[in-house]
Amino acid sequence: MKKYVIIGNSVAATHAIEGIRSVDGAGKITVVSDEPHAAYGRPLISYYLYGRIARDKMDYRSEAFYERNQVDLKLGRRAEKIDPTAKTVLLDDGETLSYDRLLVATGSRPFLPPMEGLDGVKDRFTFMTLDDALSLERALSPEKDVLIVGAGLIGLKCAEGVFDRVKSVTVVDLADRILPSILDGEGSAFVKEFLEKKGVRFLLGDSVAKFDGGTATLKSGKTVAFDLVVVAVGVRPNVELVKEAGGAVNRGIVTDSGQRTSLPDVYAAGDNCESYDVTAKQSRILAILPNAALQGECAGVNMAGGKRDFLNAAPVNAIGFFDLHVATAGSYEGECYEERTETSYKKLFYKDNMLKGFILIGNIERAGIYTSLIRNMVPLDSVDFDLLKRSPALMAFSREARRDKLARRQ
Amino acid sequence: MKRIYVNEEWCLGCRLCEYECAYANSGISDMVKALKGKTIHPRIRVEDGDGVHFAVNCRHCTEAICVKSCIAGALSRDGNGTVVIDREKCVGCFTCVTVCPFGAIMPAADGKAAQKCALCTDNVKNGVPNCVTYCPNRAIVFEER
Ligand SMILES: Cc1cc2nc3c(=O)[nH]c(=O)nc-3n(C[C@H](O)[C@H](O)[C@H](O)COP(=O)(O)OP(=O)(O)OC[C@H]3O[C@@H](n4cnc5c(N)ncnc54)[C@H](O)[C@@H]3O)c2cc1C
Repeated sequence: MKKYVIIGNSVAATHAIEGIRSVDGAGKITVVSDEPHAAYGRPLISYYLYGRIARDKMDYRSEAFYERNQVDLKLGRRAEKIDPTAKTVLLDDGETLSYDRLLVATGSRPFLPPMEGLDGVKDRFTFMTLDDALSLERALSPEKDVLIVGAGLIGLKCAEGVFDRVKSVTVVDLADRILPSILDGEGSAFVKEFLEKKGVRFLLGDSVAKFDGGTATLKSGKTVAFDLVVVAVGVRPNVELVKEAGGAVNRGIVTDSGQRTSLPDVYAAGDNCESYDVTAKQSRILAILPNAALQGECAGVNMAGGKRDFLNAAPVNAIGFFDLHVATAGSYEGECYEERTETSYKKLFYKDNMLKGFILIGNIERAGIYTSLIRNMVPLDSVDFDLLKRSPALMAFSREARRDKLARRQ
Repeated sequence: MKRIYVNEEWCLGCRLCEYECAYANSGISDMVKALKGKTIHPRIRVEDGDGVHFAVNCRHCTEAICVKSCIAGALSRDGNGTVVIDREKCVGCFTCVTVCPFGAIMPAADGKAAQKCALCTDNVKNGVPNCVTYCPNRAIVFEER
C-alpha cells in the first residue's frame, strides 16, 4: 500500500486527493496543513466580508470529503523539512512522516515589504487566509477609515469586501494604475473610474514612506489618516521546503508537465510552482485557482501511478467589483479588436492565426468560448472570426466542429 | 447517463425551448404569470445564423472545466454525472462563465450567482427536461449515447 503525504490543504491538495483516489482507492493519504480549518475556497474570504456567502458554506468540499477519501488530516501542523533521501517529512511537533510519494502544495504567502513604522500600527492585516478575514472583520466598524496598500486583485477584493462596513476605503499603490496583472491601461482606467464613483479613493503612483500610529505619510508628502491598514502588495510562493531539499526552483518550484519536481517522487502543484503558459510561451507562476486545481489533479493521478500531463495552462481570471464583472485570459499581444460602450469594454488580442488573449469588462457573457479558443490554440482561419469578434458563439465553428462539440465527441 | 442533444438540422429556431426552460425553472405554476411581460433568463439558448439554428445548454462534460475552476466548490457532479450548482455556495464570480467552452453557464437573473441546466432535476419537472418535452420538431432529444 502506497503512502502519500501532501503538504498544504487547499485547492491543489484537494484536487490531488481526488486525483489519487481516481487511480488508487487503497493507499494511505496524509495531509498536513498549518491552517486550522478544512479546505475552504480561499477567494471566498472577500465575499464573506461582503456578505455574499455564509461562513458555513465556505468549505471547498462537503463535510464527508476527508472521511470518504480516507484522508488522515493533520490540521494546525507545519512541515519543516523534507529529507528526499530518507523520504520523510519532519513536522513542527517533531513527528516524522515517511512517504512513497510527496506532494508539496504549499501555495503562497503575503509579501510584506519593510515599511517604516508598520510594527507600531495596532490594527494591521494581511488578506490571505480565513483567519486573516475573521480578524479583519472583528476590527471593522462603520466609523472607521481603512487604508489598503496594494491595488491588485487581493487588495481590491478586500476593498470591496469591507466597503459597506466602514466609513471610507483608500487604496495606495506604487503603480500608476490598478489591476496591472490582468488589465491594460484603458481597462484599468475603466474599472478605476467605476470604483471611484462607488466611493473608493485611490492614491496611485505613490507609496507609504512611513506609518506613525494612525497616520501614513506617503512618498509624495501626502498624509492619510486611518484606523486600520491592510497590506496586499503581492504574494511570494512557498518554495523553501523544496529548495532546501535541493529541488530545482526558479521563481516558483520547477516541475515537468506531470508536476514532478527534480526530486525523486516529490511533486508540486498550485501557487508555489511554475507552469508553461501556452499564451506567453514561457514558464511562469499562474497564481489562480483553476490552475492550482488542474495541477493538483494532474499530480495526484501521476503520484498514484496513472498517466497525466497538464499541457494547456493559461492565465484566466474572473473578478467582480460591486457587480461590475471582469473576465480576462491569455496574453495581450498582437493585433487588437476593441469595442467600448458606457457600461462595457472589450479587447481581443490575436496573433499568428490564434486568439491570444481578451479583456471583457461589463459584459462577460459566454467568455468561455474565447477562453477555449485560446487554450486549444484553435487556428482562427478555421472559424468565423468576424462573427466571434462581435460575440462569442458556437455558430462561428464549422458545422462539423460544432456537431462534434455539441455531441461531446471532442 | 442520458443527456440532452440537439439536431441542428431540425431546429426551427422557434425558441420555445428557451421559454419552456424559463417556465420550468420559474417556480411559478401558471405559465402566463411566469413569463408574460418578463425578460426571461433561460439556461438553454438558441443561436441563429444564416438559415441555421441550434440550441445550446450544458453538456455535462465528464472532465468538466467549470467544476474544476469553481472558486467556491459550488459546482459539482452529482451521483448521476449531472453537473449541478449549489446556489448557496455560488458567489457569482463567474469564473465558470469564463471557462465554459460552450458558453452554457450564465449569470442568473439577479446577477448574484451563476445558473446552468441541471436536466430539470432541480425543478418540478423531476428530471424530465422541459425543453425536450416541448420541442415541436424533436430537434432536442434526451438520450443515452
Ligand atoms: C483574497 C484572495 C482572492 C483570490 N481570488 C481569486 C479569484 O477570484 N480567482 C482565482 O482564480 N484565484 C483567486 N485567488 C488565488 C487562489 O486563491 C489561489 O490560486 C489558490 O488558493 C492556490 O491554491 P494552492 O492550493 O496552490 O495554495 P494555497 O491556497 O495558497 O494554500 C496553501 C496552503 O498550504 C499551507 N502551507 C504552506 N506551507 C506549509 C507548511 N510548510 N506546512 C503546512 N502547511 C503549509 C498554507 O497555509 C495554505 O493553507 C485569490 C487569492 C486570495 C488570497
